[in-house]
Amino acid sequence: MTAVIEAHGLVKRYGSVTALDGLDLAVPAGTVLGLLGPNGAGKTTAVRVLTTLLRPDAGRASVAGIDVVDHPDEVRRRIGLSGQYAAVDETLTGYENLEMIARLYRLGRRRARTRARELLERFTLSDAADRPVKTYSGGMRRRLDLAGSLVAEPSVLFLDEPTTGLDPRSRVTMWEVIRELVDQGTTLLLTTQYLEEADRLADEIVVIDHGRAIARGDADTLKARVGGERIELIVRDAERLDDARQVLSRSAVGEVVVDDHGTGLTAPVDGGPDTLMQVLRELDAAGIGLKDVGLRRPTLDDVFLTLTGQPTDASTPDHEPSPEVGR
Amino acid sequence: MNGLLWSLHDGHVVALRNVRKIRRVPEVLVFVLISPIMFVLLFAYVFGDSIPIPGVDYREFLIAGIFAQTVIFGATFTGAGIAEDMQKGIIDRFRSLPMSRSAVLVGRTASDVIYNLLSILIMTLTGLLVGWRIRGSLLDALGGFLLLLVFAYAFSWVMAFVGLVVPSVEVINNASFIVIFPVTFIANTFVPAENLPGPLRTFAEYNPVSAVTQAAREAFGNTNPAFPPPDVWPLRHPVLYTLGWVGIILLVFVPLSVRQYQRAATR
Repeated sequence: MTAVIEAHGLVKRYGSVTALDGLDLAVPAGTVLGLLGPNGAGKTTAVRVLTTLLRPDAGRASVAGIDVVDHPDEVRRRIGLSGQYAAVDETLTGYENLEMIARLYRLGRRRARTRARELLERFTLSDAADRPVKTYSGGMRRRLDLAGSLVAEPSVLFLDEPTTGLDPRSRVTMWEVIRELVDQGTTLLLTTQYLEEADRLADEIVVIDHGRAIARGDADTLKARVGGERIELIVRDAERLDDARQVLSRSAVGEVVVDDHGTGLTAPVDGGPDTLMQVLRELDAAGIGLKDVGLRRPTLDDVFLTLTGQPTDASTPDHEPSPEVGR
Repeated sequence: MNGLLWSLHDGHVVALRNVRKIRRVPEVLVFVLISPIMFVLLFAYVFGDSIPIPGVDYREFLIAGIFAQTVIFGATFTGAGIAEDMQKGIIDRFRSLPMSRSAVLVGRTASDVIYNLLSILIMTLTGLLVGWRIRGSLLDALGGFLLLLVFAYAFSWVMAFVGLVVPSVEVINNASFIVIFPVTFIANTFVPAENLPGPLRTFAEYNPVSAVTQAAREAFGNTNPAFPPPDVWPLRHPVLYTLGWVGIILLVFVPLSVRQYQRAATR
């Protein structure tokens, strides 16, 4: 299969900060690539380069076979972009926002109107169509922003953290909407900080850190590397820790680790809730009391811990490094 | 359609959006219109009697100066509007569309002329109330208004560029204050240029703000032939000199701003 989105050795520096450090990507037609990484990893910069908003310092990138640096207008005609911060005009209504975008895609006045109404209908925003966007909830804004990126029915879509900051319900709604688009054959590049999101939506995941790909593969491959689910428990009585460890090691698929306090245990398992139940029954039979127990799925932190030996950098600022003025 | 027509089409769409915003947030408009009233009243009543202008009533002298200062300050809205769109990621949205590269700036500078039209209307009414009169022909006076608007339009491209460069809306307001205040005060706007000391006087004589003010004064018939302005070319040919500056500013700042727009990135 030929790649619809391709990048080779992308480099972008902002002063002394290297936002992209030789990134390679390839997204085959009709598939979803999840670009997974913490804040400041270079996800947004990558999207900005691929969507022609930013020129790379080195490397090449193309969308639908068209070079993003040489023919940005041609690329723009074929892509849709929905950003991290919903780029809709708050004082305009949802309808006005979409109609304006449609006219800027040069759809013509009448076609622009119909298209705006169609999209509002499709994203269940018809009731709010004629209200200023500032009255919308976060989820509605994101849906409107996504609708804006679909005005010209692009075959290639870029979504930069489409669910960051959304409540769980809006997030699931958003996932359904995105899933639908993908089922219709859209090629999608999605950035996210959530492993679960990449897991749900992406065919392939590229984990990036400091502007470099540090792992790639499908969700199962990555999870296998991270160790999948684990059981975490804390015994009520520290003296029973060894007994608990023996019980747990029978169900574990890897090493059982004792925490720093000497009361907590963590062990990788497979089999999910069934395994957890099994462990609980055995602990109960052995008369070992618990303060806390849970089945934990790997998070982005776990992925990073495994891949880099370091947790995601909590000190990283909220935004990607800002470009300097007057570059 | 060719490139220029598409640019106008897209600029028109963007301008319509800005006009809608003006209507939705009338608070901004209120402040736009109050400050010229305040300036007319302050100068007319505070300095009115302390600044003697030979042969002309100070209030008549003053109005053209206030017109010039206010429409130039109007350019701040252009800069602030663009900085705000940058901050909110709307410029990113525009830039990801296959639209004309100049459209956002063309649309913004065009729609902001509305602010200046309204403030000229308000200032005219306030001026008439405090005793200012148009003593020339109405046609000349309209020409004077037009020249003020054209000069302000050109200057709005300067602020458009500043809006694309500064990191936030707040900075725009300070930046415009620092630039526009001296430029509009070291001129013949509020006092005759002759009254200024040495280098300031020279600056004032060649300051395009002085020329546009002088041109407006002549268009309104608020000058006295017995007391001509300083005998320097710009003030002898204020209309030509102003239009020359309009040309220079547009030639420099239109390409510069469009280039900056293409490179601009959300902060």
